[in-house]
Amino acid sequence: MIRALPALTLCAMLGPVAAGLWGAVLPALGHLPAAGFEGPSGAAIGRLAAWPGLFEASRLSVTTGVGATLASLGIVALAVGGWSGTRAFAWLQRLLSPLLSVPHAAAAFGLAFLIAPSGWLARIAAPLAGWERPPDVLVVGDPWGLALMAGMVAKEVPFLLLMALAALPQTRPRRSLLVARSLGYGRMTGWFKTVFPALYAQIRLPVYVVLAYSMSVVDVALILGPTTPPTLSVQIVRWMGDPDLSQRLLASAGAIWQLLLVGMALALWRAGEGAVARAGRAWAEGGGRRAADAALRGAGLVLGTVAAASVTVGLAILALWSVAGLWSYPDLWPEGLTGRSWARHADGVAAGARQTFLVAAIATAIALALTIGCLEAEHRRGRAMGAGAAWLLYLPLLMPQTAFLPGLQSFLLSAGADIGLGPVVAAHLVFVLPYVFLSLGDPWRAWDARYATVAAALGAGPGRTLWAVRLPMLMGPVLTAAAVGVAVSVGQYLPTLLIGGGRVATLTTEAVALASGGDRRAIGVYALAQTAAALLPFALALLVPAIAFRNRRGLHG
Amino acid sequence: MAEGLRLEEVSVALEGRVLVALDAQVAPGEVLTVMGPSGSGKSTLLAYLVGTLAPAFAARGRVILGGRDVTGLPTEARGIGILFQDDLLFPHLSVAGNLGFGLPRAPRAERRRAIAAALAEVGLEGMGGRDPDTLSGGQRARVALMRTLLARPDALLLDEPFSRLDAERRAATRSVVFATVRDRGLPVVMVTHDPEDAEAAGGCVVTV
Repeated sequence: MIRALPALTLCAMLGPVAAGLWGAVLPALGHLPAAGFEGPSGAAIGRLAAWPGLFEASRLSVTTGVGATLASLGIVALAVGGWSGTRAFAWLQRLLSPLLSVPHAAAAFGLAFLIAPSGWLARIAAPLAGWERPPDVLVVGDPWGLALMAGMVAKEVPFLLLMALAALPQTRPRRSLLVARSLGYGRMTGWFKTVFPALYAQIRLPVYVVLAYSMSVVDVALILGPTTPPTLSVQIVRWMGDPDLSQRLLASAGAIWQLLLVGMALALWRAGEGAVARAGRAWAEGGGRRAADAALRGAGLVLGTVAAASVTVGLAILALWSVAGLWSYPDLWPEGLTGRSWARHADGVAAGARQTFLVAAIATAIALALTIGCLEAEHRRGRAMGAGAAWLLYLPLLMPQTAFLPGLQSFLLSAGADIGLGPVVAAHLVFVLPYVFLSLGDPWRAWDARYATVAAALGAGPGRTLWAVRLPMLMGPVLTAAAVGVAVSVGQYLPTLLIGGGRVATLTTEAVALASGGDRRAIGVYALAQTAAALLPFALALLVPAIAFRNRRGLHG
Repeated sequence: MAEGLRLEEVSVALEGRVLVALDAQVAPGEVLTVMGPSGSGKSTLLAYLVGTLAPAFAARGRVILGGRDVTGLPTEARGIGILFQDDLLFPHLSVAGNLGFGLPRAPRAERRRAIAAALAEVGLEGMGGRDPDTLSGGQRARVALMRTLLARPDALLLDEPFSRLDAERRAATRSVVFATVRDRGLPVVMVTHDPEDAEAAGGCVVTV
């Protein structure tokens, strides 16, 4: 049984992606019998090409995606290079780590409340600038997508930082840096010349994930992105939501175009890596000892702190709005605090939380079972997964959501399957599984296998060894992986929206639906509830082992 | 001839290169010491005997224990206990819990008696409720020994079992282990690089 699990896991992860792509290709070629369209025809592609916003929307997708990835990678490199191992870095790391699980939508709302013309930063500046009314500039939703980029950077910096920190020890940074510094190199220059190339090779796949995700994100783009035209992905979702079913053909053509765009961007990025590597080698061999070291170090700390602060302060402003009484511009604080907003939305939040946790719990339980099954099968075979398997794990994360989710909806429609809770769970699983696997894989494999030998030599079969020894000893990492899974599921917007067909309303879909309305108190309530739903499991993952093993010192690291 | 542990023309190879080859008979209560520098395949031999050899290795020969061919059996069915240089007490279980893990199924009262007796045998009366992490290295080594013996193995493997202990405890622990296995008449295979271990064991010594 357990030997079949790796194959089953691959199906759960890649099956919906394959079905979704297939379900996009046919309608893009004008074939969607369920809606009365018989193909093949080039009409949908022709209509997409004729859409006047196509160039602008595609350009936005590329510039915001590449821009956000470059900025996130740059900030992480400057922060790690300039500060890793220092007290300031430990502090920055503590600040950034919990932000990883803050849902994208909540972070985007927080940022919007911070930088909008009537936002908190403008209120601080108001007395100095003499603004009696919010200044008339388009900050949120600017046509260049700068606010969208900033929102993505704030969320992707914690992700890349954690990935970089996990990979850092393998690059033996201390030795390389010591050699470089003893040769007279500044800390920053020495780090970029010796450690960064090895580190980048380790975090290449996560960087690609950031690029693919940033190019096709929908919820953040709905909150912070431009509207006329919006980014390509937002436009695809609009077409999908159109009651005129022929727009689905257009959406499918757009989905395929989005996939090609991301594919081309990844290929270009890869080519760029080569060019940067050549230039970097020439630079490293050139012997220059210092390149604005102090300024770059300072920039690393400032930018990292700004990224962390924009999310934390943003969340604080959301919290404040959720309990604000009258709060007029340009006051920094509301005139009074009240629980009215929470009371008014209590029913909605409770219903949303129920749906959110139902989907998250089922998807996470399945993901955990499959992940543990795969890792256990690997252990019993005595052979590690190949490098190809790591790519397969990342494949669903490299696939733009807007490329296969519209097609998955069409596919389910054509197959006559009812959309609703089950398919939503399956769609969430596509994203929950890789993250649960990536979270649990390392601690699982790091477990001392001699414990298994001892247990077996004491007469315990593989099952008893798994349940009575390995799982209890790895309770902390298992619960953390579960928390990661729940946080990923809680944050999912597009799979819930498209595959749920409007019948699965989670905290995330409810919160994002409020984006266009501008009711700040309601947004505050829902975004905060959404954040709490993502963070609560992490608190439990820390608390439960601490209580269960309070008398077991050997399990407290 | 059916008594004890027989290693019949055992050889383990990796990518065509033979790491260790041995043909030996270990009588009950006797210790076969296998010596050699690190990386000489000593631990590979033990992995072969206990049945956890990685698939990359190719092994030949047979392992006969008490007249029973255990070569093809999974680890849990071989009746071979093993002690590593680390005690590897399960950190999530109490001392008594660790001993209970080794004990075959039996009524609760009987189990409790057996655990208490095992603790008393190595001078650890009343320590059953303790967190293993609060014990000294020597105490932990003795608990690990009793855990292995409570599973009633027919043979015992020792993988550098004393190398992590300080000099003082090493001698004491060594004499406890050897006296206990001799008492029970267990055939023992020990790998070590410490000549004192070999001397204290007093049996045959082979060098690989």
